[in-house]
Amino acid sequence: MEIKGQVWKYGDDVDTDVIIPARYLNTSNPKELAKHCMEDIDENFVDKMSNGDLIVAEDNFGCGSSREHAPLAIKAAGVSCVIANSFARIFYRNSINIGLPILECPEAVAGIAEGDQVEVDVDSGLIKNLTKEEEYQAAAFPEFMQELIDAGGLVNYVRRRVKNNE
Amino acid sequence: MGMTMVEKILAAHAGEEEVKPGQLVNAKLDLVLGNDVTTPVAIKEFNKIGVEQVFDQDRIAIVPDHFAPNKDINSAEQCKMIREFAHDKEITNYFEIGEMGIEHCLLPEKGLVLPGDIVIGADSHTCTYGALGALATGVGSTDMAAGMATGEAWFKVPETIKFVYNGQLQEWVSGKDLILYTIGDIGVDGALYKAMEFTGEVIEDFSMANRMTMSNMAIEAGGKCGLIEPDETTLEYVKDRAQRDYTVYKSDVDAEYAEVIEYDVSEIEPQVAFPHLPENTKGISEVGEIKIDQAVIGSCTNGRLEDLRIAAKVLEGQKKADHIRLIIFPGTQEIYRQAMHEGLIDIFLDAGAAVSTPTCGPCLGGHMGILAKGERAIATTNRNFVGRMGHPESEVYLSNPAVAAASAIKGQIVGPREVR
Repeated sequence: MEIKGQVWKYGDDVDTDVIIPARYLNTSNPKELAKHCMEDIDENFVDKMSNGDLIVAEDNFGCGSSREHAPLAIKAAGVSCVIANSFARIFYRNSINIGLPILECPEAVAGIAEGDQVEVDVDSGLIKNLTKEEEYQAAAFPEFMQELIDAGGLVNYVRRRVKNNE
Repeated sequence: MGMTMVEKILAAHAGEEEVKPGQLVNAKLDLVLGNDVTTPVAIKEFNKIGVEQVFDQDRIAIVPDHFAPNKDINSAEQCKMIREFAHDKEITNYFEIGEMGIEHCLLPEKGLVLPGDIVIGADSHTCTYGALGALATGVGSTDMAAGMATGEAWFKVPETIKFVYNGQLQEWVSGKDLILYTIGDIGVDGALYKAMEFTGEVIEDFSMANRMTMSNMAIEAGGKCGLIEPDETTLEYVKDRAQRDYTVYKSDVDAEYAEVIEYDVSEIEPQVAFPHLPENTKGISEVGEIKIDQAVIGSCTNGRLEDLRIAAKVLEGQKKADHIRLIIFPGTQEIYRQAMHEGLIDIFLDAGAAVSTPTCGPCLGGHMGILAKGERAIATTNRNFVGRMGHPESEVYLSNPAVAAASAIKGQIVGPREVR
């Protein structure tokens, strides 16, 4: 899957409460959630971003609550990929389960500045910074996780297993 | 080479003799949990999987506790959706308003989580049950859906960090202070992707309430789970509650740990975590003058009977400061009733507190105690992120129940020694 867009950059410990504040969790409609994506860390995020843009952050992105509404809001807002030094484990798991592309790549985080144009090949993990003409290589996913990603997320994977009586 | 508790539990549930950190395993689940915020998404995903029924109606727990009692029409719709799902699938452990509680106070009380279990919950504080010697971890709604359908989940076997607490506890220092101190030491990602194991003579002497408070906040250090080896205290707690068999797993003496961190608790005073991360901890003597608008006592972290007893000990015969809102919410109906019988509720009412039915409400800025712009709260809850309890420009300070109660009396953050 080819991804290309402009980067919005954030620091350490971006928590799920700022990604989607609890006051909006009285719905699970992704379109409604998307309207408030990143609202408490960057009030104008949804207005200023364009479809396909990327989020780049430092350590422990998505820490806090287990709310799947966080990756759902990011995905529905049109963010194509999140790149970080590291992800909190529930957010990491949720993103893979719902098919939001995420990559851990400290070199990319160090090299990419806000506003850079970036192209990502999710399958190979190759990240191209078109603005700075640099390339960074994210680590490959473990085989099982790649299988989940290829299946289009956990529900599709489980549905196939149930159907095949595995 | 020996195995840690977590490795043993995962091996047993995956049908393996042995597992090693980093290995991916598919494990059988003893319980799958969800609440009114996460279960609606799980139901939508469950319906896509193509199974008619959940894997076991007795092994699923659904608790409307976040925006319940329903705070608005949308929340009412979400609660209705999970109520109907529970009814339709004949799920045994659905707990309606009036019999419910905050999920992580309720499930251990009902004997639904037991030593040696693997529990996944679509709520990050599911790690609370580590206090019973269970591998319990938070997941998202899609994992909950797959868990409800298959009774299984995939796990990466985590490395374990062992935390050893020895020494003599100072007065008013509790499990909350030890876990805040630990998070302050290792940071909010200090145990990322790892299991935490809490040990030492202090933990051995701890009540179940203190143990659950510590395990509850493992997630605040990024941990997958926070386990405590079952002992006589654990077995005494589960003895009359368990309705099924369970297995006690203990770490081998030659088990391999990623790290062993030792603390002398004699040095630790009551802790306060400053905005906006649980790792921003200070001892109470270093807090300075911080005026507050609200004090909140309760939650899955500190809403147990013992927590209320401590708050009552501080508040007895005293009044909250004039301008303060003091909100106390017992963790379950049973805790509420017992607090009433012991006269704790009278003490709270006399002190000028609002005592609420069990709910997660204020902790996550849902309802029942939202902060306005510029307001500050001291809370016995677990997170102090930006906007956690209301307006993005409000502030939350985390503490134990004694500090929260004393602060309500003084109108600023102080330790209990200032008022008793």
